Amino acid sequence: MTSLTVRNLTKSFGALKVTDDVSLAVEPGEIHAIIGPNGAGKTTLISQLSGQLGSDGGSVSLGDRDITRLSMPDRVKLGLARSFQITSVLPGFTTLENVALAVQAREGSSFRFFGTVAREEALNRAALKALAEAGLDHRADVLAKSLSHGEHRRLELAIALATEPSVLLLDEPLAGVGGEDAETFVANLQRLKGRFTMVLIEHDMDAVFQLADRVSVLVYGRIIATGTPQAIRSDPQVRAAYLGEEEEAA
Amino acid sequence: MSDATATLTAPRRALTGRLKAALVLFVLFALMPPLAAALNDPFYVLIGTRILAFAIAAMALDLILGYGAMVSFGHAAYLGFGTYAVAILASWGVNDLVLQILAAIAISAIFALVTGAISLRTKGVYFIMITLAFGQMAFFFFISLSAYGGDDGVALMQRSTVLGMDLLKSDFGLYYTTLAILVALFVLCHRIVGSRFGRVLTGIRENPTRMEAIGYSPFRYQLTAFVISGCITAVAGVMLANQAQFVSPAFMSWHRSGELIVMVVLGGVGTLAGPIAGAVAALLLEEWLGALSEHWKLFFGVFLVLMVLFSPRGITGLLEKAGIARRQE
Repeated sequence: MTSLTVRNLTKSFGALKVTDDVSLAVEPGEIHAIIGPNGAGKTTLISQLSGQLGSDGGSVSLGDRDITRLSMPDRVKLGLARSFQITSVLPGFTTLENVALAVQAREGSSFRFFGTVAREEALNRAALKALAEAGLDHRADVLAKSLSHGEHRRLELAIALATEPSVLLLDEPLAGVGGEDAETFVANLQRLKGRFTMVLIEHDMDAVFQLADRVSVLVYGRIIATGTPQAIRSDPQVRAAYLGEEEEAA
Repeated sequence: MSDATATLTAPRRALTGRLKAALVLFVLFALMPPLAAALNDPFYVLIGTRILAFAIAAMALDLILGYGAMVSFGHAAYLGFGTYAVAILASWGVNDLVLQILAAIAISAIFALVTGAISLRTKGVYFIMITLAFGQMAFFFFISLSAYGGDDGVALMQRSTVLGMDLLKSDFGLYYTTLAILVALFVLCHRIVGSRFGRVLTGIRENPTRMEAIGYSPFRYQLTAFVISGCITAVAGVMLANQAQFVSPAFMSWHRSGELIVMVVLGGVGTLAGPIAGAVAALLLEEWLGALSEHWKLFFGVFLVLMVLFSPRGITGLLEKAGIARRQE
């Protein structure tokens, strides 16, 4: 059984078809990358998969469960988490608190009005574990708004990890991260590989070809090819639509 | 970082700073009546009770305005429910404060649940307007309630009793009872803010999309906070009715709702102790400026503008600048 199945998904903004009959079958444990030029509709697709955006047609299934009509919070509870391309954290909360909230969401009731949540060791411990996995545990005490850009990207990842997803949607986790930072980040993701299924949107082609088991190419809202990184690299249609541009630019 | 309990120092520091500020306020409140008596100005005890009652309401509003980013412009309705709970129950011969408070809370919970559920479908300025509209509906309901004086209101024959005791008969008794309730409700609000629920509420204020992305549906938490805030405000209304010994729809006009927001902003949004200080400042200024000139609201307006311009975080912000209270992280 596939982890995440997308059938004939569509979305239009006015006359513009942003997601045009997209079908995907993401296998358990794989990293499935979605690449495509700017404006291809990658973030829209992720938002539809996560439930942040409604779809005009088609269906999304998590395992064998149809989740097309479920809200984002309900999808998260079933194990489908996402990270954001543009860092979206709680700026006035510490790094640890940001993650602890995700643990709390997964772990039980938030209708508790008395105990001091900051002293709940189980929450803090689980949050620290997720922070460590994202390589950010040394910054647990810092307010999220004081983090550097690279650290924000790690926090995004840590929060997503703390929800203990079965499928994780990563929207350009490396956006704006360069050099060594990017390398350690890729190594981080590599370590997480196999623990859950990942759908990865990424512009950094080195990272994509290092990490992905399969790659789908999205152009103008349509998937024009799906295959192994090698197959995609040599696909003439893909080269024409996407990779070629980069080579010319370079 | 090895010790999971040793984390979160920054916000905890801000919290204890506020706890200290509140403690100072409460000590000052406790010292006020003997001082007023010594100065032969017992009238201040009654004004003081009024201030304490409004402090309860301002703090309750801060719970949703400051921690939940819900600017309710109809909170005077709950003050009104509190005052009328006293008037109506008293007219039926029920004078017990505890029963009056329970009735006020019950009616406020229902009103907040229904109006909150509808209001929370909107955001920002629309939320402000729709809460204002519901507040006005409650206001006009009591205007047309001719059995209880309608527009003119109704005078109370006596103050409430507390479990058969005449605790509120003297101005001192009323003052200290109100103070005790304020302290208890402050502790309650402080606990809520630091709890799991409070963290979720604050998280929704900071970034609702992020909260949804980790599995929270903001609506349930916002509505719960809205109801809690309405119920606490109703308690303030019960004490206010005893202070004034008079109940009228004037307690629930939209001006009152505005004044509550002013107290919260003046004191410092999202601090709990700040709005208590804000209530003190606003009502004392009203008292003093009102004695100086008929047009005192003009001067109050100037003061408010200066405050917002130079200390957007209110009295709390001023104290932080002076290094007395710790800056909110």
